[in-house]
Amino acid sequence: MTVLARLRGDPVALVAIILLLALAVAAILAPWLAPDPESLDLAAMLAAPSLAHPLGTDELGRDVASRLLHGGRVSLAVAAATALLAGLTGTALGLLSGYGGGRLDAVLMRLTDGVMALPLLPLLIVLAALDPAKLGLAPDLLHSEAFAVGRIVVIVALVGWTQVARLVRAQTLAVKARDHVRAARAIGAGPVRIMLRHILPHVASPVLVATTLSVGHIILIESALSFLGLGVQPPLASWGNMLTGAIGTIWTSPAAALWPGLAILLTVLACNLAGDGLQRACDPRR
Amino acid sequence: MGLILGRLGQSLAVLLAMSFVIYGLMGLMPGDPIDLMIAADPHLSAADAVRLKALYGLDRPWTERYLRWLARIAQGELGYSRLFARPVLDALGPALANTALLMFCALALALTLALPLGVAASRRPGGGLDHAANLLAFVSVSVPTFWLGLMLVAVFAVWLGWLPAGGMHGLAEDGGGPVDRLRHLALPVATLGIAGCGQYLRQMRAAMLAEAGHDYVRTARAKGCGPVRVLLGHQLRNALIPVTTIVALEIGGLFSGALIAETVFAWPGMGRLIYEAVMGNDFNLALSGLLLATAMTLAGSILADLAYAWLDPRVRSL
Repeated sequence: MTVLARLRGDPVALVAIILLLALAVAAILAPWLAPDPESLDLAAMLAAPSLAHPLGTDELGRDVASRLLHGGRVSLAVAAATALLAGLTGTALGLLSGYGGGRLDAVLMRLTDGVMALPLLPLLIVLAALDPAKLGLAPDLLHSEAFAVGRIVVIVALVGWTQVARLVRAQTLAVKARDHVRAARAIGAGPVRIMLRHILPHVASPVLVATTLSVGHIILIESALSFLGLGVQPPLASWGNMLTGAIGTIWTSPAAALWPGLAILLTVLACNLAGDGLQRACDPRR
Repeated sequence: MGLILGRLGQSLAVLLAMSFVIYGLMGLMPGDPIDLMIAADPHLSAADAVRLKALYGLDRPWTERYLRWLARIAQGELGYSRLFARPVLDALGPALANTALLMFCALALALTLALPLGVAASRRPGGGLDHAANLLAFVSVSVPTFWLGLMLVAVFAVWLGWLPAGGMHGLAEDGGGPVDRLRHLALPVATLGIAGCGQYLRQMRAAMLAEAGHDYVRTARAKGCGPVRVLLGHQLRNALIPVTTIVALEIGGLFSGALIAETVFAWPGMGRLIYEAVMGNDFNLALSGLLLATAMTLAGSILADLAYAWLDPRVRSL
């Protein structure tokens, strides 16, 4: 049975994948689906849900539904980019470590252990609070929206690659000893070609599973950082920083905090369920 | 024994490397100590700034400053906290006690929820209870901690008015008494406990199922042990070994969770202290706090190894 056929027999994973696809479509279409998320209506602050504002308005009179859509666009894009960057880094290091072996392997694995042993959130807070001007970057670059978003992607990816690296290394060690790899080496294929053509295809499915599972984790980290004021910066909406506003109004309108958190919960839940289903479909023995 | 010494050495190496990295990162923070002094006192001139930099050794190369700082830390001299206007140790101590209290209670709650449910779910894999436990586990690992905290505040503090939303004073300061302290603990502990129980639940269930296939379980059953006795007297003992290891390994993760809960509930703990120190340019406090957090995480992983060796005689002989 192929992976796809097994997935089709797993209703929970299917629902999760469909939900993720729907979220992705909604995020892509956000500019057409919803009006400007930054337009203020100070006459209608913290308004109850109505026809004009299906989920009400926030503390500055902005439409919650359209901020949710646009915020999801940012949160999902950040999570996807981070997962991709972390996945690529982890795959490259895992391949090098597993195939290279010896001292290279020892150094890379100690590095991985070291990064895994660090207290994640305090470290991320330090990285997010750094002054990028002291790194010698151009000042006009620093104030662009793309830089602010790219920065959080790099920061989270910097500590998020370890799981994939370990998985890929273990898988590489197993595949390395197989006959087709030895045959390729015997006819004179170089190490780069062997790693990319003969080993990489065999590590693809664990990487896919680990990356899907990591997207959920990354959304949680990004939202926590944005909530603390260190991630995506207002007025650009993200699900995390929408909640920063909500903590101030918790006494007057506790319902304002409901929607962004629910969106995060559903998305992360869908990622975890989809990843879990993929894992079972790729490796039915487990 | 040699294994433990090796792990200790390795952890010290990581700690040393981390101190180097943190020190370097602190240098990249916005502002520097002398700028802050000048901002605080308009009478200081540019010449004074240069003189002060020389006085504190800030004109020296970066590596030399790092080594000096390291030597001072090794002698237990953590410096003075600018933000809290007291020695770093006096600021860290109570915060560490508060975080330990919060983490211990949260861990106790998470395990109280997770372990019995995990054992019960493993009895009939694929049954109704198993599905319910699985759903709970997935929701628990997927929920954003800070939002769960906000929701609990919305329900129990705002709507029902039963519990305070935050504002816990330090353990050292007096006032309120034990009842008041418990009322302040309730919501943050519930938040961390609920968000933390999912992974233990999954581990417990998986460990119980892994043990169920072993020969000794069949032997016990053949001897005439009842199902509950086999489950609790035989399987559980062995299944707890990997779970204990996971718990010890999770000390670092617990710390990150605690940071968020401390921020939401204004709990005066280590996480919030580090956050405030980083945000407020309190270099001494931030450096010491981060090092302490790293040391605690590393200690957790050594503890995990020790627990594993102590509980499982098969590992000890290695």
